[in-house]
Amino acid sequence: MGAAALALPFGTTYVDAAGLLNPGLDAAAKKKLADVALNTAKSNGATYADARIARILNQFIITREKQVQNIINTESYGVGIRVIANGTWGFASTNKVTAEAIEAATREAIAIAKANSKFQKEPVVLAPVPSYGEVSWKTPIKKNAFEVPLKDKADLLLNANAKALEKGANFINNTLFLVNEQKYFASTEGSYIDQDFHRTWPYFTVTVVDKASGTFKTRDSFSAPVGMGYEYLDGLAKDKIQGPGGVLLYNNSYDMIEDATLAPEQAKQILAAKSVEPGKYDLVLEPSHTWLTIHESVGHPLELDRVLGYEANLAGTSFASMERLKSKSFKYGSPQVNFFADKTQAGSCGAVGYDDEGVKGKRWDLVKDGILVNFQAIRDQVGMLGEKESHGCSYAQSWNDVQFQRMANVSLAAGKAQLTPDQMISGVDKGIYIVKDSSYSIDQQRYNFQFSGVLFFEIKGGKIVGMLKDVAYQANTQEFWNSCVQVCDERDYRLNGTFFDGKGQPVQSNSVSHGSATARFNGVTVINTARTI
Amino acid sequence: MISKEEAKAILSKAIGFSKADGCEATLNHGIVGNIRYARNTVTTAGKSSDTSINITSYFGKRAGVATVNEFDDAALERGVRASEELAKLAPENPEFMEPLGPQTFAESKTYYENTAAITPEFRAQAAYNSMTPAAKADVTAAGYMEDGSYTTALMNSKGLFAYNSSTSGNFTVTMRSNDGTGSGWASRDFNDVSKFNAAEASQIAIDKALQSRNAKAIEPGKYTVIMEAQAVADLLINMLFNMDARSADEGRSFLSKKGGGTRLHEKIVDERINIYTDPLHPDAPASTWSAEGLQQKKLDLIKNGTVANMLYDRYWASQKNMQPVPFPPNVIMEGGTASLDDMIRDTKRGVLVTRFWYIRSVDPQTLLYTGLTRDGVFYVENGKIKHPVKNFRFNESPVIMLNNVETLGKQTRIGRQFGPGGALVIPNMKVRDFTFTSLSDAV
Repeated sequence: MGAAALALPFGTTYVDAAGLLNPGLDAAAKKKLADVALNTAKSNGATYADARIARILNQFIITREKQVQNIINTESYGVGIRVIANGTWGFASTNKVTAEAIEAATREAIAIAKANSKFQKEPVVLAPVPSYGEVSWKTPIKKNAFEVPLKDKADLLLNANAKALEKGANFINNTLFLVNEQKYFASTEGSYIDQDFHRTWPYFTVTVVDKASGTFKTRDSFSAPVGMGYEYLDGLAKDKIQGPGGVLLYNNSYDMIEDATLAPEQAKQILAAKSVEPGKYDLVLEPSHTWLTIHESVGHPLELDRVLGYEANLAGTSFASMERLKSKSFKYGSPQVNFFADKTQAGSCGAVGYDDEGVKGKRWDLVKDGILVNFQAIRDQVGMLGEKESHGCSYAQSWNDVQFQRMANVSLAAGKAQLTPDQMISGVDKGIYIVKDSSYSIDQQRYNFQFSGVLFFEIKGGKIVGMLKDVAYQANTQEFWNSCVQVCDERDYRLNGTFFDGKGQPVQSNSVSHGSATARFNGVTVINTARTI
Repeated sequence: MISKEEAKAILSKAIGFSKADGCEATLNHGIVGNIRYARNTVTTAGKSSDTSINITSYFGKRAGVATVNEFDDAALERGVRASEELAKLAPENPEFMEPLGPQTFAESKTYYENTAAITPEFRAQAAYNSMTPAAKADVTAAGYMEDGSYTTALMNSKGLFAYNSSTSGNFTVTMRSNDGTGSGWASRDFNDVSKFNAAEASQIAIDKALQSRNAKAIEPGKYTVIMEAQAVADLLINMLFNMDARSADEGRSFLSKKGGGTRLHEKIVDERINIYTDPLHPDAPASTWSAEGLQQKKLDLIKNGTVANMLYDRYWASQKNMQPVPFPPNVIMEGGTASLDDMIRDTKRGVLVTRFWYIRSVDPQTLLYTGLTRDGVFYVENGKIKHPVKNFRFNESPVIMLNNVETLGKQTRIGRQFGPGGALVIPNMKVRDFTFTSLSDAV
């Protein structure tokens, strides 16, 4: 059937749009249920327990050209209980949010902990956390996207599609992802935390085809996934940025119609662009591109569980070893390079009041003036860094997944000196200005990477002289960040990111943002990716 | 497992409540268990189960979907009514296709009682059998095992009924030498757990970790490459994911033809290449019906190097006057008789690759992909493995790879780590002029 039901992840169901506005249980009822887990755990020998009652609501509006292909509303609701017994973690979950089911799941978590403790070499030690009592936090949204009529949302996408087709796009695939995560966390440390997270991500791809030559090119939207409500789609004039090369970029809100109007012409320009001459270039990277390079070459290698080998079987380990951290002299980047992790940035995908083990969100430095100074760690590992307080970056994608260390928003700090992207480009003799992320790949210890982009502008003698295509750059992480010579100032600082950062076995998704201002990297190897088949 | 009779009874009841133009219901049931270990110790273990029915109702070209988790009469009727309400509110989908009428499906042996009966103790023992020899060999183990039993059944108001129960399991292990200079990997994939031995697979990864220590750098460039079946599969699946006819007709696929149309029936790779799907293949049994209720049967994708079939969804098939071809439930690539040792013996100068990692599309026009070698790369000279080499980044197209084939070797069953579809049965392969573009220091 055209609208055949897709198999959904475990514990997820289709609901109607009105179901997305059902408020669910109130905090008092959730506290009562969470206490069943905590009390059952304590009376059965657990030394620690936490319960997460989570309700995750998604809406996907999927369109192409003149039609709505699918509207999918889903709800996932249940409880995950994590315990420490015999010094070992145990976890179990249930989609039956009743006292009986929660008690049974808690007993199962304890049984799993005790069974696994036979293979445990060292008992789990948790860094202390304050008892916060009963608290709450909510993404500071202005418009709840689920309250916006479905027709208005579908019409917005179809209107954008119509503009793209009018301007010469052969195809446009345009999707709106909306997320509301309602999460109640309680632990034996004495915290009862009620949180309400909202995220929004509009995304389109415009394709132009030259049938005669049998070639095609795409131009993706210049939107970002955000920790905001529907106000992100307001497209306010103050949030528009006229970038170099005539590119229109967006900051805290996004104009989909305008972007879809401009995209086809740029896709046609890519088709007609000059194929890049491989060699060394100075790269000027726009924040809509740089976020992914930061994510892969800084965010992941600086996760402590990776450094220690817990992710060795899938994602891999890290070149950023404990020895390199302890040396206090490992040059991760040039002195212009400062990376910080932050679970509090407004509008970011990773913003929380508290993480999934009841630790308050905060900001901390990872690389200071080019030197590696810290990793990202949670309660059971931060002690290995000699620290007494978790960084607060524990997360589970759902109630039926166990929480573990996930990437915080990791960002490149803006430069201190006043500098605009145009001024930066005026100082480049032979370079490429790259807008928006595309192809990405990096090895399992995060040394060697290759990235591509959507728009590439050739810079000659301080000026943009035209568009290029078939561009990808390859580098070694440490050499690349040490080749960073300039970062534009705070005025150019913007976030981008993803809802779908995968990690762990079974794999879990995490939403994360990365900020930067336009930055310059000298002498980076660029390859030509054109082939004939 | 939910039996065929039980599934039929539940779905008949649901369909019986329908007041729409038509109704289709899919029952999904699964029980999945896993164990994960790293640093020679178990880190997490879990089990989850889920049962649901997705009900799709339609009026004309308007369709709506609702889910129920309980199967009493009241819950089923509520689900049907909810899907009808959603359908009435949904926008018309011009590409909506009414469900299929009755079909006949072959029986495929996909369910094994012993796999469904795997216990947490069995998984813990598998992890122990993997970690113990690692510790003795001065190697650190990190691994993951997941197994499950599943039932899927489909019924619609036009009289179609389809049923499949299956079991499957997948095991992967990475062994890293404690000096940090060597890494090995092995994977096993099965429907029948009696074919699985964690210790045997782990020993291969341990040996590779030890053999790959202190790798030397050699210049990137074009090399003759001997690929283990896993490496072949890693690149090949990206070609199979892109065999959709609609994209090709629309001019945005590697199978689009200059001037319009598709490359169906054109030769695109070496004539020794034969790739097909067959849900009754004994080494990779799979369901004999698709999610839409289309028959899955033996079907050539690439025959003697020529595109024999492309994938057509029912709507696009109706537009192009073709038979629909659903996404294949498994993939079989014909091989030859050569072992890896035979291929090494016949190689003057080349590189032996265990597997590839972090493969991403660079150019969909040419199916150019980039990625890296991982967990054991060796330099081969004059018929012998000379020494381990550092990992490479490649930029290569599976189409070019399959045009540069030197030797097709013995087949192995490979599990699907990403994307839809079931297992693959893939040969080892030797190719010439494979493009490595840079070196990586990663171990």
